Amino acid sequence: MSIISLEGVGRTVERPDAPPLTILSSVDLEIADGDRVSVVGRSGSGKSTLLNLLGLLDRPTQGTIRFDGAEVRRLSDARLARLRGASIGFVFQQFNLLPGRTAIENVMTPLLYDRGTAFWRRERLATEMLGRVGLGERITSMPDRMSGGEQQRVAIARALVRRPRLILADEPTGALDLETGGTVMALMEEVARETGAALVTITHDPAIARRAVRHLRLDAGVISPLDDEPGPGGTSPADATAPIGAVERAPLARVAATETDEVLA
Amino acid sequence: MIAWLGRTLTGVVSTFVESAEELRIHRTRVLLSLIGVAVAVFALTTVLGAAAVAQQALDESNERGSGRPAMLSASLFTPSGEPVDADAANAAWRSAAERHEIGYESRVAYGTLSAQFVDGLSNVDSTVVDVDYGVMHRTAMQEGQWFVDGDEQRFAPALVVNRPFWEKLGSPPLATHPTVELRGADGPVTAVVVGVVRTSDYETYPRSFALADSVDRFGLVPEAYLAFGYEAWVPIDAAEELAIRLTAELTAALPGTEASVNRQDYLSWGGGDPLLVLKLVVAGVAVVILLLGALGLVTISLVTVKYRIREIGIRRSFGATSGRVFFSVLMESVVGTAVAGGIGVALAIVAVKSPLFEQLVGQGMVEDFPPFPLDAALIGIASSVLVGALAGLLPAVTAVRVRVIDAIRF
Ligand SMILES: Nc1ncnc2c1ncn2[C@@H]1O[C@H](COP(=O)(O)OP(=O)(O)O)[C@@H](O)[C@H]1O
Ligand SMILES: [Mg+2]
Repeated sequence: MSIISLEGVGRTVERPDAPPLTILSSVDLEIADGDRVSVVGRSGSGKSTLLNLLGLLDRPTQGTIRFDGAEVRRLSDARLARLRGASIGFVFQQFNLLPGRTAIENVMTPLLYDRGTAFWRRERLATEMLGRVGLGERITSMPDRMSGGEQQRVAIARALVRRPRLILADEPTGALDLETGGTVMALMEEVARETGAALVTITHDPAIARRAVRHLRLDAGVISPLDDEPGPGGTSPADATAPIGAVERAPLARVAATETDEVLA
Repeated sequence: MIAWLGRTLTGVVSTFVESAEELRIHRTRVLLSLIGVAVAVFALTTVLGAAAVAQQALDESNERGSGRPAMLSASLFTPSGEPVDADAANAAWRSAAERHEIGYESRVAYGTLSAQFVDGLSNVDSTVVDVDYGVMHRTAMQEGQWFVDGDEQRFAPALVVNRPFWEKLGSPPLATHPTVELRGADGPVTAVVVGVVRTSDYETYPRSFALADSVDRFGLVPEAYLAFGYEAWVPIDAAEELAIRLTAELTAALPGTEASVNRQDYLSWGGGDPLLVLKLVVAGVAVVILLLGALGLVTISLVTVKYRIREIGIRRSFGATSGRVFFSVLMESVVGTAVAGGIGVALAIVAVKSPLFEQLVGQGMVEDFPPFPLDAALIGIASSVLVGALAGLLPAVTAVRVRVIDAIRF
């Protein structure tokens, strides 16, 4: 079922001393439950702007966005904030953990905005989620005492603790080394699969992009498929324009296992 | 409906939880700014509390001197200057007092007793009164007790003395019924000291109270020297009218004598609150401190918000509404200042109720220290909450205006 759909969406910004800048133009995109989408594009091509729109953090200047069938334009900011809290989880390149808070406090933060029972059960839910990302022993650690990979795993736990339907990851491996990046991606995909969440990953790393099922490319604000929309299981992108790196899946999987073992040891 | 209530409750509780956590994280910064608020609230509340104690001390001292409000004082005199016939005057006063159902009334005269101390015979200023005088003047006792009905029947007249008098006797325990020899009309009279009044440290001369009937019976003061006046403790509302009536009735009952009846208690003095200027000055200083504390708080929270713009953006990306951000930031400030205010008030209560302070303000003369005034405590808490809300408003507005996409800059 469709979570969010973009129809002819554009984003233009006014500039004080220059003509308006069109960052995105006529984007058509639909994300359904359980989707695996990657978006590649050069720096400045509008990837983050697209993610802001998908995350209901920004409103389009052209076109229509529907979330769960409802026109986003008609929803109040407060309604959008609640929708965002309940349905969307963000993973950032710079982790964006709240400084001075322990891992579990970071993971509990989204639950503070839950107005149902999850707020009251926040401690248990956060503990479970940290256990799920392999940090069960480190729930009271401060982010600045953790490695980049560990911090990003805390961020993943935080993004997933409210069981969102849509996970938006902006360069999630950008601040990590190759091996750790692979581990983190594998973990995110696994947890997303367990909860049935759709995962949209923005990256300029072709190896990371290749892990998705649908591959999109942004160029100067225009979106296009990197390959023919593949069916389920069609994981091998046939793309000539963007070089796909030489990193294989197998070594990544092995690294993932190794790091997990280390954590558990 | 119930679901709505549940969501609202969860919203309120979670806002508090979030604010409390924020306070904990930023405790050093917050603590510094709150010290100013706590100090100011402490100062403000202490001033208000101390003023209440000082007021009580002043009132009590006034009451001991001129009686509790409303105290009517009647004096009788003849135009010719001849002495007033005491028996006729007493009878006229008694019947007037009875007619108006005055519950507390007393004769009052001033005379000199001759008392034999170890170092010789001394003249001791004495207030000659009836039993009710003790209640009417809220006379506080340090030892023993005030006169009771029947004391005027004693074979040995009862005396209530001040501390210097008692010390001249060697401060004997009153349970041993210490005596002192007085000079009466027919030779020495042995008097029993039944009580020692609470005495200010400034009083160094012996002084005593004696019952009018005893003085009369034993001739302790030559009759010619005694000029009785009368006092009546009456309801404040009735005082004015009673004064007029008593004047008329006493004048009518005693031909050739003029009567004058007036209020003499401190409330009738006019001139307002003698402590007012002091209270205003110190409260003004406290308010200035409070405002400075608030200013510091605003600055620090503004800096804190700027520093936290990214954090606010992150929170908003995880579902915090702008209203929620507004209230969390405001609440942080209010919760912080309320706690600081509570500490300030608690310290003020400790300070004002400390024996040292009570001694300083009361000079050992205050009988009933008032409980710490509730309104002073409430004003302290309320002003700290107000300061918190005012100081939190600007940062809260700033926090709401944070643009999420700028704050998190992917
Ligand atoms: N609010 C804005 N005002 C002006 N220019 C902006 C604004 N937001 C983004 N841009 C510009 O739009 C372009 C696309 O930005 P962004 O979506 O962040 O790209 P990417 O994430 O692909 O690097 C960049 O050139 C950026 O400088
Ligand atoms: Mg970007």
